[in-house]
Amino acid sequence: MKSFFPVVTVVAAVLLIWIIAVVPMNMHLTADQAQRDGLVVSPDTPIARQDFSGLGLAVRNSHLIPLTYVNIRPRLPSPHQIAIELYDTVIDKKITSKRSLVYHGWVTLAPTLLGFAIGTLLGIMLAVGIVFSRVMDRSVMPWAIVSQTIPILALAPMIIVVMGAAGIQGILPKAVIAAYLSFFPVVVGMVKGLRSPEGMQLDLLRTYHSSNSQGFWKLRLPASTPYLFASLKIGISASLIGTIVAELPTGAKAGFGARMLVGDQYGQPILSWAALFAAAITAAALVGIIGMIERGTLRQMGMKPA
Amino acid sequence: MYERPKLQSLTPSITPTQDADGLSPLVIRASNLDLTFQTNDGPVHALKDVNLEVNKGDFVSFIGPSGCGKTTFLRCIAGLETPTSGALSVNSMTPDDARRARAYGYVFQAAGLYPWRTIGGNIRLPLEIMGFSKAEMGERIKRVLNLVDLEGFEKKFPWQLSGGMQQRASIARALAFDADILLMDEPFGALDEIVRDHLNEQLLQLWARTEKTIAFVTHSIPEAVYLSTKIVVMSPRPGRISDVIESPLPRDRPLSIRDSAEFIAIANRVRDGLHAGHGQG
Repeated sequence: MKSFFPVVTVVAAVLLIWIIAVVPMNMHLTADQAQRDGLVVSPDTPIARQDFSGLGLAVRNSHLIPLTYVNIRPRLPSPHQIAIELYDTVIDKKITSKRSLVYHGWVTLAPTLLGFAIGTLLGIMLAVGIVFSRVMDRSVMPWAIVSQTIPILALAPMIIVVMGAAGIQGILPKAVIAAYLSFFPVVVGMVKGLRSPEGMQLDLLRTYHSSNSQGFWKLRLPASTPYLFASLKIGISASLIGTIVAELPTGAKAGFGARMLVGDQYGQPILSWAALFAAAITAAALVGIIGMIERGTLRQMGMKPA
Repeated sequence: MYERPKLQSLTPSITPTQDADGLSPLVIRASNLDLTFQTNDGPVHALKDVNLEVNKGDFVSFIGPSGCGKTTFLRCIAGLETPTSGALSVNSMTPDDARRARAYGYVFQAAGLYPWRTIGGNIRLPLEIMGFSKAEMGERIKRVLNLVDLEGFEKKFPWQLSGGMQQRASIARALAFDADILLMDEPFGALDEIVRDHLNEQLLQLWARTEKTIAFVTHSIPEAVYLSTKIVVMSPRPGRISDVIESPLPRDRPLSIRDSAEFIAIANRVRDGLHAGHGQG
């Protein structure tokens, strides 16, 4: 809770900048609409107004400023518009409705979690291989790094199309893309974690004449736990991003990514923004849950509370 | 109470290495031991022509400046390093076979307890690896905790203990599987003087009770003289033995023995040995 006030301060600052920015961003739209509605606007033609900046227009038409916050199709929605949209689509709508963000959220969350599980498992297995096999260390690590340099936006449609051609549809292709993004931080973190025991601790095991597998289970694996959790936090948010990216270019009918796309295509920015915020909140919640599991696990293991 | 000897009887009765009386069998024997490390900066002669015999029940200290090879020699005994030439036997075996036979317990400079295991769990570590039964583990943990005066700390985690207590726990861990030999590499080097004195006293009591053979690496002259029955003075570049002192001090040693003339005489001889070694280097 120590971070409560700093966080609130930053959020308040961002909100303030946002609220101020809404006025110039939406001023031209608002002025056009106000003129159609019979209000006095200066200057009085859209073309003449093009010569003014949003800010300049706001100064000349201060009576129109409140209207910039209630545009139906704003260039930049105001915070309260998004809040209302979120309230409508998360709480008011039935979960079974195609407009419910909870429904779309689950459509995105399911492949995220599946992909995260696959990615984590794959990442741990690769890390174990890299730590115990020189051949894998030399061969796998460079490819793991190269895999992350390919833009996922280009790769995602290919994976969807190829898997679709193979008859695999639904949750799995999206999960594969999520796993593709989330295995990497796990590999990197776990390799570092499994290698974290120092020479002295390894020597100690040698004096006991312990086997490699005893060294793994009793020393390397427990020593890597803090590293694993750091990786999982990055991995789960990467997983969510991967799923959303997988939904964007492929004409998905549901999910956060589909929602953002629909908002864009049908000129309903509030919809896109609400989906964006819902995704951000989901990611924060997922990272928060892993943080809680981390604290619980480390406490259970008796690690000194940081 | 230890009686301070009168000043006039101050002939230091230090005798050079005597042959074993025949009753104490050899535990460690090194002859013409050489070890050269190949490093990027060229070969480093870590040990040169080391000859030493350690009998059962001895408390041997290795003292010398950094780079004199004292830790390297200890690691050779433990089978953690392999000598380049010469012969080294531990319990009449090669060091590596002795390591496989779990002939010794090793105490490092840092306690190196696993933070995710309780004190009891840390002591259980070697027992788990060596496959002791559950009942036996519990009994042994109790016994060694008692030996190092840490009863009641079994369920505590390492961070809840002071540095000195952690080091005692690491000694208990080395004692848990009842090896006859205890190898200690500057175990109290990182601790303050007061804690160190206390632990030295306790170590002597522990040695008397368990009758183990102890090889002990240290930087400290008083520590070496106070603890040892045999002091091996080493000098650097190349690492070699410059003096071996059989201590005439009685086995039962209160801390106050450090003020006695005999003690000071031995300490002086150790100091001379260290200086001489430096001069030659």
